[in-house]
Amino acid sequence: MPASDKPVWLDIGPITQIEPGMAATLPVEGGEEIAVFHTMGGNFYALINKCPHKQGPLSQGIVHGDSVSCPLHNWRISLKNGKALGDDEGCTPTIPLKIDAGRIYLLREAILPGKSSPFSASLAA
Amino acid sequence: MNAQSKIASPPRKKLVVIGNGMAGCRAVEEILEREAERFDIVIFGAEPRVNYNRIMLSPVLAGEKTFDEIVINPAQWYDEHDITLVSGDPVRTIDRERNAVIAASGRTEQYDKLLIATGSDPFIIPVDGHDLTGVVTFRDLDDVDRMLTAAEKGGDAVVIGGGLLGLEAAHGLTLRGMNVTVIHLMPTLMERQLDEAAGYLLRQELENRGQTILTSANTKAILGVDGRVVAVELEDGSRIKADIVVMAVGIRPATALAKSAGLDCERGILVNDHMVTSDPDILAVGECVQHRGLCYGLVAPLWEMCRSLADHVTDQPSGYQGSVTSTKLKVSGIDLFSAGDFSGGEDCEDIVMRDAARGVYKRVVLKDDRIIGAVLYGDTADGNWYFDLLRNEQNVSDIREALIFGQAFASGGALADPNFAVAALSDDAEICGCNGVSKGKVVQCISGGAHSVDAVRSQCKASASCGSCTGLVESLLAISLGDEVESGPKTMCSCTSFTHDDVRRLIIEKELKLIPEVMQELHWTTPDGCSSCRPALNYYLLCAWPAEYKDDEKSRFVNERLHANIQKDGTYSVVPRMWGGLTNPRELRAIADVVEKYDAPMVKVTGGQRLDIFGIKKEDLPAVWGDLNAAGMVSGHAYGKALRTVKTCVGTEWCRFGTQDSTGFGVKLEQATWGSYMPHKFKMAVSGCPRNCAEATIKDFGVVCVDSGYELHIGGNGGIKVRATDLLCKVETEDEAMQICLGFVQLYREDAHYLERTAPWLERKGLDWIKAQLFDDPERIGRLAARFRTSQKYWQVDPWERRADGHQRKLHSHLATIRPELEDA
Ligand code: SRM
Ligand SMILES: Cc1cc2nc3c(=O)[nH]c(=O)nc-3n(C[C@H](O)[C@H](O)[C@H](O)COP(=O)(O)OP(=O)(O)OC[C@H]3O[C@@H](n4cnc5c(N)ncnc54)[C@H](O)[C@@H]3O)c2cc1C
Ligand code: SF4
Ligand code: FES
Repeated sequence: MPASDKPVWLDIGPITQIEPGMAATLPVEGGEEIAVFHTMGGNFYALINKCPHKQGPLSQGIVHGDSVSCPLHNWRISLKNGKALGDDEGCTPTIPLKIDAGRIYLLREAILPGKSSPFSASLAA
Repeated sequence: MNAQSKIASPPRKKLVVIGNGMAGCRAVEEILEREAERFDIVIFGAEPRVNYNRIMLSPVLAGEKTFDEIVINPAQWYDEHDITLVSGDPVRTIDRERNAVIAASGRTEQYDKLLIATGSDPFIIPVDGHDLTGVVTFRDLDDVDRMLTAAEKGGDAVVIGGGLLGLEAAHGLTLRGMNVTVIHLMPTLMERQLDEAAGYLLRQELENRGQTILTSANTKAILGVDGRVVAVELEDGSRIKADIVVMAVGIRPATALAKSAGLDCERGILVNDHMVTSDPDILAVGECVQHRGLCYGLVAPLWEMCRSLADHVTDQPSGYQGSVTSTKLKVSGIDLFSAGDFSGGEDCEDIVMRDAARGVYKRVVLKDDRIIGAVLYGDTADGNWYFDLLRNEQNVSDIREALIFGQAFASGGALADPNFAVAALSDDAEICGCNGVSKGKVVQCISGGAHSVDAVRSQCKASASCGSCTGLVESLLAISLGDEVESGPKTMCSCTSFTHDDVRRLIIEKELKLIPEVMQELHWTTPDGCSSCRPALNYYLLCAWPAEYKDDEKSRFVNERLHANIQKDGTYSVVPRMWGGLTNPRELRAIADVVEKYDAPMVKVTGGQRLDIFGIKKEDLPAVWGDLNAAGMVSGHAYGKALRTVKTCVGTEWCRFGTQDSTGFGVKLEQATWGSYMPHKFKMAVSGCPRNCAEATIKDFGVVCVDSGYELHIGGNGGIKVRATDLLCKVETEDEAMQICLGFVQLYREDAHYLERTAPWLERKGLDWIKAQLFDDPERIGRLAARFRTSQKYWQVDPWERRADGHQRKLHSHLATIRPELEDA
């Protein structure tokens, strides 16, 4: 497979920086803020940090199972596919994420769409 | 694919194997089984011994087996098959140009086929002191010998890593008489194999055996004296004495040799489905390889890899498809099994069974009617059965109902209906173990008119204690009554069959002190609860055990986690306390400064007699709080299920109608009660006369001063449904009023359901009940007030101050900022 077709994964640091049951945020310059979740069951997910209802910051919700309850009006959003659960309807975009050797990687293309130049993640002080 | 294999009564080709471990030797066995005469075989092994069963090193360490008992292939096997074993001489170079390998001793062997089976290297965290004498890993027999030598002298052992290997090392060292501490970075032991509930049970058992388990603990350094380890220092500064330190934090595929030979490697050596590397003459197998993106750390996948490898080199290619793995912990007396993906999720369904009396937790995860994961603790008899169903992706919808009870139950055809199974029980079969209630008695009780689980509980006590037989009682109700079963009072949420009252009572009775412990003992049907029960349990526990309980931040609603009110745009509002509605120039100046410094778009006087600063970003909160703290202001808990405000009026000090010092008393009430968490928010007010300018009669606790003393009112609410207070009593002094206030607050804290304000609580319980609780026994109110004061000793702390000091900084900062790189950068 030619190198240029390979998906590029952005290293955003070790898995230990997010405790189970918690989430962390990554602002994107020129893009939407991302929320990375670590569930109590040990799964990691990345979603745009916006509830499909009224843009509540999902990163601040209570995480249970593989879902998060939005902090603003308690919609329940699936972390697997971003869909609102139960009677509510709507969907938050998800960002492909992988874990390798204890580090978290996000799919670069999914963060800043379009054929943008390579970009890096710089850790906030 | 197999272009290179040309067979025409071949002369024996030469197979060289690097690695005399589990995969290398098994691959040779598999090849010999298929075609004994095909190769001349040379095996290089870095270890100076024959091939043994590495996984049995744990029992060797524990003293349950000897080395001889774990040898797989003795010297004789190599002889019988004409295999040259070069042991104690690691290969240093692979020369692909010349098809040769060169060992440390200089010994060189040509190959036609080369097999790399170098396994893994234990990972060593590069903290200061990692190279001291006495710091060991757990990978081969030499490591075990080092541990045994240390254990002979007794003393303290520290195991870094609470995964499978670490816990087996800890177990062995404990049995060898050492005093063992396990340090684990994550909050749950074996978090990759176990969910929180099972991890909790495991931890309890290990602690009962005398091990000290430190979770969420990060090793900072290993300390030594004269080059020998003496202690381990943690990130938080604490030190643990250590005569030996075992690092068991993970493994890395051993790829160095392959990499330097120019073979394609990522985490492991890349192989195709036939275990062929990027060089068609070189194969690789075992923990050192990466197949379809995965590296394995267990033996089961190696066996499958070895089979495909042997099929391929003997020209009957089959192809390895990857493996699903399962884990068991080899610690005697602990039954633990996990397999597949048990993290659950939306499109998945969890079936959970908890039997607290037997210490059993079972969880099976289904997706599209197929098992995708299982975690078993305490009873692993059905582990293999679940694992089979999982690997075969068998549809289990037929046996769904009885699946969790295990194979014996579920495969019984008609028996698959649990009601049927219960119906088949004899009349004297015991249903409720805790209270010794037989099936006959329960049925009798049902036919006597108990038509709900709750009625059965109160009449014959079945399922009234630990609740593990609730399912059986439900079945008996269904069998006896069909559709006429009445649903009982509302349960706390759909995770449990217990009501709020049950849960609160059982937390005290059974001395449950942690959320996972409540979930286990009370048979939660979900692995980690939901957003309704987690905050409720967190509150019930902190109320029940104020001195010991450690707040669980992840079970808090955002406002209580960030100690500010979230706004519709995701910013926060900040409300500092203004005692009794009083303020002064210093406070006002500090607020004005904060507004300017952090660009707050709005400040507003609230309905609760204080100021609210709007539009603060979560990153700025700690700094804002630091500035307010500096002016002596603390959190107003405007965000909390906690004491909010105490509104006052100007009272005797200024007002021509005032009868008492309503302002001063309001301040005293607020100072006594601030910081206390409650089932819901709690508001108070003190008015100086019956004109009631502080609106005391729509507060949870309101005081109306009169000439002869203080009228105390309770259960008012000005919100969605306005309710005026009921008069509780009248007292003559401030001290009495204070005592009754604290007693009432504590009664509410200890009795109400989470998210039930005093108004609905009072209507549910009745004013008479509350009066009886507070006044029938003259000692009672003093005891309630004393319990409240005890709780305040621990919980009346300004949450802002700790955050301003940097505690939980993570909650206020971003992980990183992602930005496009500049074109010319
Ligand atoms: C700021 C304030 C309005 C104002 O600008 O004056 C306010 C603002 C909010 N109120 Fe209130 N209430 C405020 C005084 C009141 C009052 C008046 C009072 O306390 O004297 C009431 C009626 C009295 C009462 O509670 O009985 C009041 C009854 C409510 C209710 C209905 C409660 C009920 O039992 O029915 C809610 C909803 C809830 O708590 O579930 C609520 C909820 C809210 C929330 C927290 C909504 C939310 O969940 O985000 C608002 C937060 C805004 C923010 O970010 O600060 N607020 N709220 C007042 C803050 C008082 C303070 O200093 O802490
Ligand atoms: C204490 C312990 C307990 C375990 N328990 C379990 C368990 O319960 N269940 C389970 O499934 N798995 C368990 N495992 C894991 C299991 O042992 C491994 O998955 C398995 O041994 C891997 O086999 P391998 O052949 O790839 O590597 P290894 O068995 O490690 O063999 C590799 C061999 O290659 C040698 N070698 C490396 N480099 C060279 C070189 N350059 N030249 C010559 N020789 C070299 C090494 O010395 C080693 O002997 C356990 C492991 C340990 C250490
Ligand atoms: S009355 Fe409604 S809109 Fe106004 S602050 Fe209270 S909750 Fe918000
Ligand atoms: S914004 Fe998420 S529920 Fe309303």
